[in-house]
Amino acid sequence: MADMRTPLNKVRGLGSAKEGADHFWRQRVTALANIPLTLFLVVSIALLAGGDHAQVAAYLGSPLAAVPLLALVISAAIHMRLGMQVIIEDYVYGEGAKVLCLVANTFFTGLVALTCVYAIIKLSLGS
Amino acid sequence: MVELALPKNSKITEGRTWNKPRGKGDWREFRVYRWSPDDDENPRVDTYSVNLEECGPMVLDALIKIKSDIDPTLTFRRSCREGICGSCAMNIDGGNNLACTLGMDEIKGTVKVYPLPHQEVVKDLVPDLTNFYAQHRSIQPWLQTETTEPPSEWKQSREDREKLDGLYECILCACCSTSCPSYWWNSDRYLGPAALLQAYRWVIDSRDEATGERLDNLEDPFRLYRCHTILNCSKACPKGLNPAKAIAELKKKMVERRY
Repeated sequence: MADMRTPLNKVRGLGSAKEGADHFWRQRVTALANIPLTLFLVVSIALLAGGDHAQVAAYLGSPLAAVPLLALVISAAIHMRLGMQVIIEDYVYGEGAKVLCLVANTFFTGLVALTCVYAIIKLSLGS
Repeated sequence: MVELALPKNSKITEGRTWNKPRGKGDWREFRVYRWSPDDDENPRVDTYSVNLEECGPMVLDALIKIKSDIDPTLTFRRSCREGICGSCAMNIDGGNNLACTLGMDEIKGTVKVYPLPHQEVVKDLVPDLTNFYAQHRSIQPWLQTETTEPPSEWKQSREDREKLDGLYECILCACCSTSCPSYWWNSDRYLGPAALLQAYRWVIDSRDEATGERLDNLEDPFRLYRCHTILNCSKACPKGLNPAKAIAELKKKMVERRY
């Protein structure tokens, strides 16, 4: 059956979501935070290269090491979720599949972040 | 998922060779996309040879020469032949351009001519720009005011008028929007660089009183934020405008009004 909707009707669709600026801003703020935090991670890995469990635990025992790494996990996870969300919205067309992917993206990111946070805290508190 | 391959009935086949160079002259080969809605055939690429000594210097001159002397069925839009109407926008030598302002001396070897990418084709080099025009309509490209209209005209300082330079010159040829991969994938919801440049032209107009509503209408993950700063738009624009910058300015305005 021919689609009788007008072109303007199609373009206007469901209207503006009136959001997007928050997503845009958070992606940039986390990107900025990720620069020094990732550098800190690289330096940390270099310092701990070849070290055993006890050395890593001792390193993370200092809040000066644990806090930036926790910050990196949170910042990178948010950044990752926002970035992946954009890719899903770009390329996944079916509404059902899109919503599933977006939910899976959130769950996956949450799982990765919480696992990392748990590991850092566990090592940091020395248990 | 996004379609990366062409549907079966859009696969391009080898077409007909209409003529060969004969006699002396500066002969140039043209490979032109052909498709007609009147038969069930797939699109094809036809080959023409044009003696550049017998026609004007622009790609449009050669297309007109082909239509006049070789193949009257070749279909394309053209009007002003001086880069102001935007009718003859097409994909030439791999880039979107105006056939009337692109010189054949700017192209090496065979000239490949296709319609603007990722639009429905009406016939041959004529794309269906219905959605593109509706998107332009949706950003309400006219002055909107509530203040009682002044007896003469809405005044604007010289500085404020200068802010419209680089924006008002857009001729809506669609070269930018149809060069944008993000527009290819999501043109049903993403407004595209041309409409967004015009949207910014009205957002930045000091006389307009609907700035907030305009930004409200644009603030949407798809309408505005599908722009991923690919910059094909600015590269493609045959008028030398910078839609990517206009979009970036819109994104800045969105943040500015929050803090």
